[in-house]
Amino acid sequence: MSKPRKFLAVLSSVMLLTGLLAACGGGSSDKESSSSPSASGSASPSASSASPSASASASSEPQEKVKLTLLVDNNQDTVVYSKALVDAFQAKYPNITIETETRPTGSEGDNFVKTRLSTGDMNDVFFYNSGSLMQALNPEQNMMDLTNEPFQANVIDSFKPTVSFNGKIYGAPVGSTMGGGWFYNKKIYAQLGLSVPKTWAELMENNKKIKAAGITAMIGSYKDTWTSQLIVLADYFNVQAQMPNFAADYTGNKAKYATTPAALRGFQKLEETVGYYNKDFLATTYDAGLKMLAEGKGAHYPMLTFAVPALVQNNPDKMDDIGFFAQPGDSADQNGLTVWMPGGAYIYKNTEHPEEAKKFVEFVASTEGVSVMSKVSKPSGPYAVKGAALPDDTPQVVKDMLPYFDNNQTAPALEFLSPVKGPSLEQITVEVGSGKRKAAAAAELYDQDVKKQAQQLGLSGW
Amino acid sequence: MSKVFKRIYTYNFLLPAAIVYTVVFIVPTVMSFFFSLTRWTLFDWTFIGLDNFKTFFQEPSLSIGFKNTLIYAAVTCAAKVVGGLLLGVFLTSKIRTKDYLRSVVFFPVLVSTIAVGIAFSMMMHPTTGLFNTALAHLGIEGPDWLGDTKLALLSVAAVDVWKGIGLATVIYIAGILAIPEEYSEALQIDGGSSWHKFWNITVPLSRPATNAVIILSFIGGLRSFDLIWAMTRGGPGFATDVIASIIYKQYQGGFYGLATAGNVILFLFVTAIVYPLSRYLTRNEVDL
Repeated sequence: MSKPRKFLAVLSSVMLLTGLLAACGGGSSDKESSSSPSASGSASPSASSASPSASASASSEPQEKVKLTLLVDNNQDTVVYSKALVDAFQAKYPNITIETETRPTGSEGDNFVKTRLSTGDMNDVFFYNSGSLMQALNPEQNMMDLTNEPFQANVIDSFKPTVSFNGKIYGAPVGSTMGGGWFYNKKIYAQLGLSVPKTWAELMENNKKIKAAGITAMIGSYKDTWTSQLIVLADYFNVQAQMPNFAADYTGNKAKYATTPAALRGFQKLEETVGYYNKDFLATTYDAGLKMLAEGKGAHYPMLTFAVPALVQNNPDKMDDIGFFAQPGDSADQNGLTVWMPGGAYIYKNTEHPEEAKKFVEFVASTEGVSVMSKVSKPSGPYAVKGAALPDDTPQVVKDMLPYFDNNQTAPALEFLSPVKGPSLEQITVEVGSGKRKAAAAAELYDQDVKKQAQQLGLSGW
Repeated sequence: MSKVFKRIYTYNFLLPAAIVYTVVFIVPTVMSFFFSLTRWTLFDWTFIGLDNFKTFFQEPSLSIGFKNTLIYAAVTCAAKVVGGLLLGVFLTSKIRTKDYLRSVVFFPVLVSTIAVGIAFSMMMHPTTGLFNTALAHLGIEGPDWLGDTKLALLSVAAVDVWKGIGLATVIYIAGILAIPEEYSEALQIDGGSSWHKFWNITVPLSRPATNAVIILSFIGGLRSFDLIWAMTRGGPGFATDVIASIIYKQYQGGFYGLATAGNVILFLFVTAIVYPLSRYLTRNEVDL
């Protein structure tokens, strides 16, 4: 081999080697910088050097231009109201511009947010779920403590625990609450002379009559498996009514679904609905389910009221036909609604512009922010901001929820009271709802699933 | 001295490839073996020994998963071998439109698996899908292809075969065309029929192609995930769960350590089946 070729070979391998080493080095140093804030709290160099300058600029020169970034999910409704919020906020604070970025929904979105946080690349402000999903984000390491912000006075008290960790509040509510219960078609009810059930037995009696009349009694949309969990989850009001300490005992591994009759009842109720669903319920999607409800092709649809904006958008002329009631319990005098809390707005701990970010979060959680949102997005229930009234054109189906709130007959869903929620619940409820697994066996299986989650979170007692 | 130097010098040429291999393959493999022993989030990790493996083996759907994985791999592999061989023979015969037909058979291989999955799950819809609408016109009530727990896995396997058979066919075409003409000339002189030609020449002498198809489609079947996920997500319930979909669900639930442990198990499982299989098949190959 001649000298030049040998030289070339050596040179090229050296170049390749250094390139690789540089790549590795870059990767590892990245990791260090992201893990250091988590290890040493707020002592990260970037945070400490950035925050004084930002706060100084905010106090002495308020006109300095600041650019914030906001991360929201790509749900159409979220995108629309986020844009409205950002536009209104920028009009109020001309020196702050906000750039919005979207992410996927569901578990891909969860992993997206976790990755952003762990690589130190998070947006200044982000909208994310409250409750158990928020607990999984390591709030103490990743989010700014908003406990002592004055705007917390505007937030309803029942929301605060869902964005708290170790006694500190990390978020503010974005949007409205929603109820978990049963949508029903009023035309079918009127046609068959049925009345809104107050007990589970009455509900099943209605189902029987509807089926006898040749109408699909219940809409199942098990192609989107998450929709199958509703009956079990929406039964939490009834669980809490009988067992006020269930959430705490459940988190502490002292109560189980399989061995607590009140909790097991949710699975039993689901089992009792077998046979009332549309024939193709295993292949029906959530969107198709909503369409069936609006068009009167099914009488009942157990669902969250977060479906209301989609219903209004796709079937504005059918809204008067649709009503809503809470999932009844076994006794008529314990009738109440299981409520899902809205998501939260959180501030990334290492943001370079904490003051501006707080201003934005404050705006989101103000009556002013809520009224901006309510113009572009129909609320799915009362807002979590004090004094924020529902707009006049709110669909009747949402107003159906108000009596439960007015009479204090609500309970938050279990996932807002406990960080523990097993990921396989939707597969298990598909099996129960399609008659392949009995309620008792399903509850036992779910308890095993929950154990995994609790261990992952490092809870004590598991 | 010069001998040693010479040897080091030759090894230098391997160095770039060795580094790439180490960084891209060895390091992640070793890391995943390590992380399978921990409970890790993206923020930190704790060492928990073999607990992940214990939990994974207690996974209620796991026995269904192992069974389904084996059924799926065996069914798709067998169908691809038989179908690929028949199509290969057909497409190497003296038909006029064979170039066009070859591209038709190969076309599904090029389409995105997810797109195929979504399209077929719509066609397999029990009431509004193409298949059952067509069957209804013939007066037959079609089954719920993806909703029936006994049928769902086979429905997905059928789509997998439809999509993957083109590759098997191409491998067979290459194998069949490599068989020297002399054998069939000799057969003609002896007065053999085309059945004799197929059974006594084509089948044994395309053995290398058969082995390649078996190995490729069996590994593919054992690891299959994307099509199953696009069509059934392991459902209804746990009826079509395979090992890969169970692993993905653990990852979705945020159990990264558990998912890593599952992947290590899948890796060992596939190796334990495929390595002896491939040794056995190659030992029995014959020279042309």
